[in-house]
Amino acid sequence: MYDAGKIIPGLIIFVGLMLFAIFNNAGSKVEAPKLEKPVGVKECVKPVKYMKESHMELLNVWRDEVIREGKREMIEVEGKLYEKSLQNGCMRCHTSKKKFCDVCHEFASVYPYCWDCHVAPQADMALQEAK
Amino acid sequence: MDSSRRKFLKIAGISAVAGIGAPSALNMLMKSDVQASSAGGAHGAQPDAHGAQGGHGAAPAGKRYGMVIDAVKFHETPGLAQKCIDACHSYYNVPDFGNKKDEIKWLWQEPFMNAFPDESHYKKDDGLLSMKFMVLCNHCDNPPCVRACPTKATFKSAEGIVMMDFHRCIGCRFCMAACPYGARSFNWRDPRGTMDGVPFIKKVNPEFPTRMRGVVEKCSFCALRVTKGQMPLCVEATGDSKAMVFGDLNDPNSEVSQVLKARFTIQRKPSLGTMPSVFYII
Repeated sequence: MYDAGKIIPGLIIFVGLMLFAIFNNAGSKVEAPKLEKPVGVKECVKPVKYMKESHMELLNVWRDEVIREGKREMIEVEGKLYEKSLQNGCMRCHTSKKKFCDVCHEFASVYPYCWDCHVAPQADMALQEAK
Repeated sequence: MDSSRRKFLKIAGISAVAGIGAPSALNMLMKSDVQASSAGGAHGAQPDAHGAQGGHGAAPAGKRYGMVIDAVKFHETPGLAQKCIDACHSYYNVPDFGNKKDEIKWLWQEPFMNAFPDESHYKKDDGLLSMKFMVLCNHCDNPPCVRACPTKATFKSAEGIVMMDFHRCIGCRFCMAACPYGARSFNWRDPRGTMDGVPFIKKVNPEFPTRMRGVVEKCSFCALRVTKGQMPLCVEATGDSKAMVFGDLNDPNSEVSQVLKARFTIQRKPSLGTMPSVFYII
């Protein structure tokens, strides 16, 4: 091999640099995002596990049912009726986008485009204006 | 059997002609059969695909929402039209871009010549020419916009309402080119933006989304309210004046059907065959 004296140390430095982030953070605990949960309500429209993993699928299903199929009936959970709607359903309990949606989405670095059109709850608008 | 080359070629030729011609001849026969039977049964219910499209004579099945607009009442009550428009545009977060070119309209007013260019005859009376007509999406029974949409973002619902799914709209504006009524508007600018510090949407209604730049929008006949048994916002805004009557055109006992039976009404550009669901008393 030509220039082994340069290539091998170079490779070692490169790999070291690449792995630095892993070694640096090894062992340290990453705090799970803390969401603000609605007060006084225990059950969501689906089990927590499902909501954590698949809320986006549920939103898509709701969208298609409501707009395309005209199935606009309410969902009953523990005697409470919920509309199949992001703005008029979900966000009625989860009253803050900043303290609920954004916390996880930012943690996971996903940027859904829901809010390009959908209007965030009033509480958030008040927060924004206060800034 | 003596067979010559000449005979073989003759038979081969005839069978080739028969083979090519028979299917198309059969098709033609089948078609004329269907035509004959549909002409005969035009007044009976036809829940097949063509019936759903609503042939002119076909008896309708299911719901088809429609509206009668009494232009005379709007003319006699100044401010009523604006009240309806405001009720609609404020609820649905319709932006006001402040210039005619970018204007977004769900419900607006047009003079007779623009609303009814088909109804042209020499020397119209001054009354008609001075009137303004409330115009909106006609929720056609045969909507050309739906055929034009490449993503099915616009479609006809089971209740005969031509709906928009803003999620799917890619902003190609084919529907706008297809709509003969100019009922669709395109968001050339971001509706959430501002101009000179004034937001395009004066006060955002938190119950309904806004749109984003590059999306087409139009009147939805208040589909979400209608399924809840409520009247569209514009109809509600007219109050007891009955300047607008909304209901199921397919239900002979509905208020709108009764009005249509009793009064002379006209439609916008009926000759195009779009079968609009909005009727005008002039």
